Amino acid sequence: MIRSEILKEIAPILNPHLIVCNIGLPSQELHMIDDNERNFYMLGTMGLSSSIGFGLALAQEKPVISIDGDGSVLTNLGTLPTIANNAVGNYTLLIIDNGSYGSTGDQPTYAGMKTNLTDVARACGCENVIEVQDKDLGPVLQQAVDSDQMTIIVCKCDSGNIKLPVITLDPVVIRHRFMEAVKA
Amino acid sequence: MNIDKKIVDDLVANNVSFVTTVPCKQLAGVIEEVEARDEIFHIPSNKEDEGMGLCAGAFMGGKRPAIIMQNTAIGVTINTLATLTQLYRMPLPMIISYRGELREPVACQVEMAVHTKALLAQLNIPTYHFHWKDDVQEFDNILKYTFMCNKPVAILTDANFWGGYGDQ
Repeated sequence: MIRSEILKEIAPILNPHLIVCNIGLPSQELHMIDDNERNFYMLGTMGLSSSIGFGLALAQEKPVISIDGDGSVLTNLGTLPTIANNAVGNYTLLIIDNGSYGSTGDQPTYAGMKTNLTDVARACGCENVIEVQDKDLGPVLQQAVDSDQMTIIVCKCDSGNIKLPVITLDPVVIRHRFMEAVKA
Repeated sequence: MNIDKKIVDDLVANNVSFVTTVPCKQLAGVIEEVEARDEIFHIPSNKEDEGMGLCAGAFMGGKRPAIIMQNTAIGVTINTLATLTQLYRMPLPMIISYRGELREPVACQVEMAVHTKALLAQLNIPTYHFHWKDDVQEFDNILKYTFMCNKPVAILTDANFWGGYGDQ
């Protein structure tokens, strides 16, 4: 499965929750599949999906899921020790690991070579790291959201993209409606 | 007057309850004070752009954030300031150790110091420079201004303000 197929499949699980979605195609795909006010679409700052989502999870009690990619986690690898050492139960980090920089033309990442992000997350001190194949993600994600323990999911899948338009929502509108959803 | 205590008192008085830090020797005292306060959740960052991501999330979660870092971080965070903090219009007080200014003993620090104000000006970031100890009296107003206008705001604090690098 490629990322857009995965997002389509897990959209009903994501829907009730606060989602911080990675820059580029992941946000565009989520926007196309199930746009709602609980989605925070990143329009810039590659690498910070995990940090933004984690800050949000620390600041309030609702479950938060950060959708990240292997390339983006590699960009902000320092995030994993921070998350590990301040673990909070309402946070789930979903790393869609397709071994490539999807939004820029599927150039290979080191996560698709020798670097194993599951091992990296564990070595950084994350206690509940689950590696899962794309077709098995749904139940694992549901369980992670329902549990009181912070979970890092590394979802292995194929690289590949679909063609779709950029998000034209104003960033302040994205932020405002998201903050209203946080308060609701 | 204890500057460290005054800065953190003002943070608490302005309901800043989420503070991330990347250390600098000049900031050691204020970081220690942040860590000691029950009203503030302190989360050290590994890099300043990561810290700004944490602050963005905390702000959207209803907390008032702040970041404490060195001026070299301006070189690291320009993209984050432009495409996260400014693009989504979020407030962020940045308490910055202004290394490489008067009374600086480490020559290399001057190389980023000479770019710091120019970079902040290019980003249209409101910038205040604390050089004398009494300049800290403005801090409370700066915090109120930051959360009024929803912008990142820089407070540059040089070695003279802290009483001289290494001989505080």
